[in-house]
Amino acid sequence: MDAESLLLSLELVSGSGQGLSPDRRASLLTSLKLVKRDYRFDRVLFWGRILGLVSDYYIAQGLSEDQLAPRKTLYSLNCMEWSLLPPATEEMVAQTSVVKGRFMGDPSHEYEHTELQKMNEGEEEVVVQIKEETRLVSVIDQIDKAVAVIPRGALFKTPFGPIHVNRTFEGLSLSEAKKLSSYFHFREPVQLKNKTLLEKADLDPSLDFMDSLEHDIPKGSWSIQMEKGNALVVLRSLLWPGLTFFHAPHSKNCGYIYVGTGEKNIDLPFML
Amino acid sequence: MEDLTSPKQEKANQDPGEAGRPWEEITAASSQSPESGLSEPLELEHGLETGPQLRRSPPQSPQSRASTPLDDLTGPGTSSPPSLPQEGSYTPSSPALTRQDLAVPWQSDKTSSVNPEAGTPHFHHLEQSSDKGELTASQTCQSEGTNFQQSLQTKHHLYGPEDVTYNNCKQKELRFNIFEEEDSNSNYDLGHTEPGVSEVAPSMLEIAIQSAKAYLLKTSSKSGLNLYDHLSDMLTKVLDERPENAVDIIESISQDVKMAHFRKKLDTLQNENEMLPTYEIAEKQRALFLQGNLEGADQELEDEIAENALPNVMESAFYFEQAGVGLGTDETYRIFLALKQLTDTHPIQRCRFWGKILGVEMNYIVAEVEFREGEDEEDVEEEEVTEERDDADSEADEDDEDELPRNFYKAPQAIPKEENRMGANKYVYFVCNEPGRPWVKLPSVTPAQIVTARKIKKFFTGRLDTPIISYPPFPGNESNYLRAQIARISAGTHVSPLGFYQFGEEEGEEEEEVEGRRDSFEENPDFEGIQVIDLVESLSNWVHHVQHILSQGRCNWFNPIQKSEEEEEEEDEEKEEEKGEETDYIEQEVGPPLLTPISEDLEIQNIPPWTTRLSSNLIPQYAIAVLRSNLWPGAYAFSNGKKFENFYIGWGHKYSPDNYTPPALPPVYQEYPSGAEITEMDDPTVEEEQAFKAAQEAAVLSAEENEETEDDEEEEDDYDQE
Repeated sequence: MDAESLLLSLELVSGSGQGLSPDRRASLLTSLKLVKRDYRFDRVLFWGRILGLVSDYYIAQGLSEDQLAPRKTLYSLNCMEWSLLPPATEEMVAQTSVVKGRFMGDPSHEYEHTELQKMNEGEEEVVVQIKEETRLVSVIDQIDKAVAVIPRGALFKTPFGPIHVNRTFEGLSLSEAKKLSSYFHFREPVQLKNKTLLEKADLDPSLDFMDSLEHDIPKGSWSIQMEKGNALVVLRSLLWPGLTFFHAPHSKNCGYIYVGTGEKNIDLPFML
Repeated sequence: MEDLTSPKQEKANQDPGEAGRPWEEITAASSQSPESGLSEPLELEHGLETGPQLRRSPPQSPQSRASTPLDDLTGPGTSSPPSLPQEGSYTPSSPALTRQDLAVPWQSDKTSSVNPEAGTPHFHHLEQSSDKGELTASQTCQSEGTNFQQSLQTKHHLYGPEDVTYNNCKQKELRFNIFEEEDSNSNYDLGHTEPGVSEVAPSMLEIAIQSAKAYLLKTSSKSGLNLYDHLSDMLTKVLDERPENAVDIIESISQDVKMAHFRKKLDTLQNENEMLPTYEIAEKQRALFLQGNLEGADQELEDEIAENALPNVMESAFYFEQAGVGLGTDETYRIFLALKQLTDTHPIQRCRFWGKILGVEMNYIVAEVEFREGEDEEDVEEEEVTEERDDADSEADEDDEDELPRNFYKAPQAIPKEENRMGANKYVYFVCNEPGRPWVKLPSVTPAQIVTARKIKKFFTGRLDTPIISYPPFPGNESNYLRAQIARISAGTHVSPLGFYQFGEEEGEEEEEVEGRRDSFEENPDFEGIQVIDLVESLSNWVHHVQHILSQGRCNWFNPIQKSEEEEEEEDEEKEEEKGEETDYIEQEVGPPLLTPISEDLEIQNIPPWTTRLSSNLIPQYAIAVLRSNLWPGAYAFSNGKKFENFYIGWGHKYSPDNYTPPALPPVYQEYPSGAEITEMDDPTVEEEQAFKAAQEAAVLSAEENEETEDDEEEEDDYDQE
């Protein structure tokens, strides 16, 4: 959710129970402004909160003018002092995929993982130490790639390539808001290139440049609901429980927030 | 050709009533013109220009229309065959674009002006512009607009055909207009479009132009205007009125044009009620806000009860907000009102906002309720009736007498559910999907449901009658599953500060079944309160005040072998053979007793089951203690030392660091061991039979006296076998 309209967004997303206490709210409003100034971001998103056992990580992201350019991610434990996270790499994701369970809430905490490695003579048990910070980076990256959502038309592709916020976006209409096809993944398209020419023919190149949600695997990994008497549409990811996207139809208010344990719901096929 | 058209137009001006028809004549004439040789002065150029156009004129398709302006670009001298590469060169040049764009409105005007009335004002413009035409001839040539074309026509007429040097582009514009006209006419019969497709393949650009035009022509749902017509109207107005510095006042011109637009509000047969669901829920919620005024006569009595029953939702919501959980303020208030509605309409002694369970399609708002004396007996009776019916069925089965062995597998004994107000059924739960919608009472929970619910993990859909399809078959639908999950969550996460509740002394005699265990408690009147810091630092200051659910699925142990009295009554008739006399006594399952500190809760694989936090580190003196369950993500409790509350919001699932694994299949039943009863002897051989016969004869001979009796026996055997 946009840091500028944090309070309104929090109010809108409150149906999922994911609020912030008043002191957190106030400190975020203060500190995110400073973050924007210091890091020279074009736009700052309050990304969400990862619940740890000891303390919680508050995550913010800074966007440059090109909305799909790689983002910078910051975390904070007290909502005032922000630290920059390194960009996620494939290696990090692979490395941290062995770690299960909850986050501790201490960035310097080290998970120990024993694995068998083939050495010159026979196998040997090696204890790999994984820092929680690394895990945090890779989890945020996975969530961003999997379930970050933006409504269709909120961004547009300029003829020169960069993707900008569409200032004439006036929100989805009610009937569109109930369809998954009106929402896009907020990331570089992956599946779009695999589409057939026939499917591509119907797309508007300035708007349909991202993957739509409707082809997500498994089918039914989104819950879409109208709340507050159809004044608000809420999408909840079932794959990453805790991610909530909200959009008030006919208005510009939209955004997503993640409040959860930072674990993927791999039981999804059993639960549907 | 232009010669031909302009006199015709003049004629049309003089005779506006026939405006519609002459155009068709013109177009027809224009296509014929080269052959007929009527346009003498321009023959030179026409030889060059009309050739290709004529070739293209038959198609009369949108494609050919799009390619027409191309020829205008290519200049006077060059003969321009209608080829695609030239279209490519046409793309980037902006003048061509504007010309194209502007020529099209003209056409659209004409399309709408099939009826003579609409055509008339157009020619009126023509006359006007012809008056001014001489002054601005050179600019208009370079500039744009429908009027431009009109003035061109008129000018041409004025200067006469011999002015060949005047501007070839004008002529081309004109011709283009004519073709546009043709095209617009051809739009009416679709048959004409087909040859064009075959002749000129549609390029990307054309498609793009078509879709852009279609977008511009999209009619606004509010005003009924479209941008295309609006722009053309605006330009018409500008060129009509010729204001100074038109670019500066373009906004107000736009406004004027819009204001001048008049459209009758047409009656439509259908009522517009597309926003119906919004209004529907608003209407329902309106009832919540109005209900306060409804009570009239026995208000005082009602109030007295309601005061006791209704929880202070807003106060606990305030504390939960400090903790960073909970719903929004307005939603909480609506729920508060909905709870008031619930307490007003049911005989409720105590009510509590339990929480919210998220579903895929809708959510559940759950209220925990204790009825006053004299609550719902009727559904208890119903269930007993159904049980008896089941018994009757099984008895009927028993009555059949047949030889075949009967199935002597007996289902494991069903564990009866707990009484209302006891154990897991201590409270009654009401749910609704949204505040304002009707509350639905959940059925009481049975142990089988709890046991099965522990083995499955399903998302709630939000509709109570959804069947639950799972591997251990779930006995019931979603309402039962929801009730089972509520029971499990309550048993796991409802905690209170140590000392707030104490065991009730006087209720000892009620607990007959529970030997030595107490399952009721009351508020401690002498509760002093606990320091918030203590609550945060030590988990042993929090205790469970809901009974632990045994793995049997009940809170109070039920011995499935020695049945309780009611059970015996029911099942006495059924069978006597294998009563509970067998000696294998199952050891009684014991869980942690009531009011056990949560510090004794089991760990989940090195993860502590609870996390405590102070709500604010900045102002610790006014902070509250917040407790978060790690076992049931979404379960929270707060206490400020004196008060406490529990709250759940989430998907209704238990946490486990491992994946969900479906339970293992039940063991395969072993077949009957192959023994003496199963195997048969070999058939007797001839030798054996002969030996047997000899032996028999010998026996007969030796025992003459016994013969008669043996015969009798044999006869009886034979008889039996038959």
